[in-house]
Amino acid sequence: MTIDANGMHYTPLNKMIRQAVASGVREIVIDNVLGQRFIANGLRSNVRITINGVPGGDLGMFMSGPECIVRGDSEHAPGNTMDNGTIVIHGSAGDAVAHSMRGGRVFVRGDIGYRGGIHMKEYDQKRPVLAVGGTTHAFLGEYMAGGIIIVLGIGHEVAVKDRGIGSGIHGGEIILRGDIEDRLLGVGARKVIFTEDDLNRLSPLITEFCERIEVDPSQFLDTNYTRIIPASSRPFAGKYTWE
Amino acid sequence: MSLGSVPLKYKISIDRDQCMKCMRCVDNCSYGVYRIEDDKILIDSRRCTACHRCISMCPRDAISLKEKPVDYRSHPLWTAQAREDIINQARTGKIILAGMGNAMDYPIIFDRLVLDACQVTNPSIDPLREPMELRTYLGKKPAKLEFTKSDKGDIELKTELSPNLKLDTPLMIGHMSYGAISLNAQLSLAKAVAKTGTFMGTGEGGMHESLYPYQSNMIVQVASGRFGVDINYLERGAAIEIKIGQGAKPGIGGHLPGEKVCSDVSCTRMIPLGSDAISPAPHHDIYSIEDLAQLVRSLKEATEWKKPIFVKIAAVHNVAAIAAGIARSSADAVVIDGFRGGTGAAPKVFRDNVGIPIEAAIAAVDKKLNDQGIRNEVSVIASGGIRNSADLAKSIALGADAVYIGTASLIALGCRVCGNCYRGLCPWGIATQQPDLVNRIDTDVGSQHVANLIHAWTLELSELMGAAGINSIESLRGNRERLRGYMLDEGMLKVLNVDPVGA
Amino acid sequence: MCGIIGVIDRTKARMDGSSIKKALSLMKERGSGEGAGYVAYGIYPDYPDCYAIHVFFDNLVEPKSKVDEVLQKWGRIVHQEEIPTYEQPCLKREHIPWRYFYRPYTEFIVGSNNPAEDIIKHLVMTVNSTIQGALIFSSGINLGVFKAAGWPEEVADFYRIEDYKGYIWLAHNRYPTNTPGWWGGAHPFNLLDWAVVHNGEITSYGTNRSYVESNGYKCTMSTDTEVVAYLFDLLGRRHGLPSEMIVEALAPQFWDEIDLLPEKEQKLKRTLRLTYGPALMNGPFAIVVATSKGIVGFTDRIKLRPLVVGENGSRLYISSEEAAIRVMDPEVKSIYMPRAGEPVVGRVVQ
Repeated sequence: MTIDANGMHYTPLNKMIRQAVASGVREIVIDNVLGQRFIANGLRSNVRITINGVPGGDLGMFMSGPECIVRGDSEHAPGNTMDNGTIVIHGSAGDAVAHSMRGGRVFVRGDIGYRGGIHMKEYDQKRPVLAVGGTTHAFLGEYMAGGIIIVLGIGHEVAVKDRGIGSGIHGGEIILRGDIEDRLLGVGARKVIFTEDDLNRLSPLITEFCERIEVDPSQFLDTNYTRIIPASSRPFAGKYTWE
Repeated sequence: MSLGSVPLKYKISIDRDQCMKCMRCVDNCSYGVYRIEDDKILIDSRRCTACHRCISMCPRDAISLKEKPVDYRSHPLWTAQAREDIINQARTGKIILAGMGNAMDYPIIFDRLVLDACQVTNPSIDPLREPMELRTYLGKKPAKLEFTKSDKGDIELKTELSPNLKLDTPLMIGHMSYGAISLNAQLSLAKAVAKTGTFMGTGEGGMHESLYPYQSNMIVQVASGRFGVDINYLERGAAIEIKIGQGAKPGIGGHLPGEKVCSDVSCTRMIPLGSDAISPAPHHDIYSIEDLAQLVRSLKEATEWKKPIFVKIAAVHNVAAIAAGIARSSADAVVIDGFRGGTGAAPKVFRDNVGIPIEAAIAAVDKKLNDQGIRNEVSVIASGGIRNSADLAKSIALGADAVYIGTASLIALGCRVCGNCYRGLCPWGIATQQPDLVNRIDTDVGSQHVANLIHAWTLELSELMGAAGINSIESLRGNRERLRGYMLDEGMLKVLNVDPVGA
Repeated sequence: MCGIIGVIDRTKARMDGSSIKKALSLMKERGSGEGAGYVAYGIYPDYPDCYAIHVFFDNLVEPKSKVDEVLQKWGRIVHQEEIPTYEQPCLKREHIPWRYFYRPYTEFIVGSNNPAEDIIKHLVMTVNSTIQGALIFSSGINLGVFKAAGWPEEVADFYRIEDYKGYIWLAHNRYPTNTPGWWGGAHPFNLLDWAVVHNGEITSYGTNRSYVESNGYKCTMSTDTEVVAYLFDLLGRRHGLPSEMIVEALAPQFWDEIDLLPEKEQKLKRTLRLTYGPALMNGPFAIVVATSKGIVGFTDRIKLRPLVVGENGSRLYISSEEAAIRVMDPEVKSIYMPRAGEPVVGRVVQ
């Protein structure tokens, strides 16, 4: 099914998507998307939605299941509070990508803005993934409480050169290609060596990500990464005294 | 060098002639004040929090408690509290954490407002015998009605109402999360609101599955931590509330300490066991008012525009302008939480010093929305230190559509406002996750007490309205003519837009 | 406690003011001699398309020159004169009643569906809230309010209302409580085409006042009745509701009754109540509202004030007391008491 979203408001667009999904459609292509927010918002399905154009903010927010493929850039916070499913962005994305994401995967081929993966969290089997092919700006993985962030830094000298990486992190892990200067680490973040075990554990994910963004995975399957983890799962435990 | 100890806060003593050594005090005190040695009940008063659990359970009234048994040299500035806080911080170098609401001795504006009653020129109405309407709808209202003419010339209503919550009484229970309070406390509140035709908030900790039977009376909260938030949760709620701030600690986030994140709390919040549940100060997808509008619309879009969206803010200096901005964001109601709002734990310096009283905030918001001609289009919910039906009536006369109560509903479950919620040892089974303590609440009994309280206030509100010659809550809302200020200064009267007594 | 009475001849046959004077005087007991007034529609056939602006001036020097100035700024004064009055032994002359026949320059404002009325409303609000010693108390086309602080008969004789002929008359006899007995505070209240007489007290005044003020009206008369005129103007003229629906908004059915209605009607009434909650009027009241197209009378929702209706051919009477109707029209055919909150409507038939 193909929808021409030229000039369409997001509410009727989402209504069309919901109706299509309800009637059993499993493959939707939306052409001429330009700024429509909230696409696939709260949608529960295994539908695949191809978005040709630049979707507006909060793409796939609260989404639970679908796969959204964006042939273009994306505005702020794709994958916001997303529950399950996959978003693949073949361009770049704005700030707060994967904000509070609790499950599923957000793959960005290009770069992302500030505070990517902020407050991602995990529970039980749900472990969200944010993978970025290019680079990110500051406060990557701020307040991170779970899940995995991977940044490959393709086309950049270093994967991340902005400050505040993992500031306030108290769960999950951040995997950055190459080495990272200590001064870029945020409060409560700790740098550890990326081991062979880590590589074994993560190579399926790295491979899948590379395939989805159409780059050769073999060049990334080594231990040339930095792993950033929380110094404690209780970052504020020592901050207070009782009255 | 040692700073030594500070004096006891409370002194417990047992009248040994009365005591029958039933040991109820020993069993009930979760703070460890009592212990038995050689068949004698020994007392460690230093552990006492004045929670009154032992006193309320003592069959012989043998226990007495005295506050501040040791005097300091009296001084108007250097109060005992000021001195002890300094000693505490000199010792620890940490931020002081405190429970419950603002404990400073600010004047209470509610107590300086008096209500009106009819004499001669119009009749009082007896609410038990004549109709008295407290039904309140919360949500967006149209600015005006619009009609279309059908082909046959019939006039058809064109205006479509947005979804509204229907309350039987303008009184709801505010957001206290699972984690901050126990499941049995939440269950008691939930059963009570279902019984009395009103609503309660889930707080920001998600919704435990045992609350699902009451979900149609629950408002689900989305706070900056997004705990327990997924599409199922959003769809369960009768309404969705975005929490921006809280009256007890405006401008800062919150965190539930890891020790309170037990397996059930972890599952409901969808976070790992024993890790701190951190709510950042801002929502990191809201850095400006247009971002709030985006979240409001995102929530509406996700739930197909079927749920009213509330936005809760702490009452801060510029509350009126902020509320007016929220009112134009597609939000259906603004919740204002005054600086006396309760909390499980807040930095004391915030709890006692940041924000403004709810009375002034309601009046300012009401005025701003009126000035902009949009007052009726959005609902205003007030909270933060509402103690009785008079506070409720005054809040509505100042311009609120409804109120949230928090602390009052907990007192109905046994809470004695000892203010030690953050320690997780609440002997009343409210602010704790310890199973033996939680089980002290029988949810059927607890819910009856809470329902009784709501019922009693509703009756009193009806009586107050009847006495003022008003039989519909709409006519009390924002009706400053029925309020007078007593010993309030001119500036305050102007903010509240009420005349002084006698005028 | 006050007395009210209204009459309409639906064929627009004009009646002089002598019989309504008698009717109001019969209800003398309901007043205190501190205010009485009359309004009549169709009395100025010589100026059929001019706004008849009645003003109380404290003197004809400063306030009048200011009013002249603001009127001339916004339109043309076609004719002006002192309203003829006749000294009464017990009625103290506190103001000079004056009238202008006036046409506003409608091209002066933009963004209005009815520029003439918006200009007049603006002038009324401006004069009454800013010009000391001047009060516009009547501002409609081909209608006029005549009121003062006094007994019904004195006020009628002061203006010689038997000299005026109208097809709608409302009259009011006042017993002031909450606000002093002054000329401006006497009823009827008028704005543009709306005139109101009211018996009772509106306990929801504070709420209603905020609502009309947030819609651009200014309450300047320090009495609850003016708010009724503004509510009718807002809901009727600006929102375009028919008069039955305005009454339903102001004195709606109870929720438990609405809940029993068929779905469609329920939806209409629920939407109406939610939209116009702040317009709901509480407290004891009986009100008659007039426009050039007809009159509507109604009481509060639990009938705390009396209202009686009489009919005789083309004439419809609405009054606090039956006797007042019978003294106006001894031949009156049917007399009945409307239900609480139910509108009694008398429309002009063309």
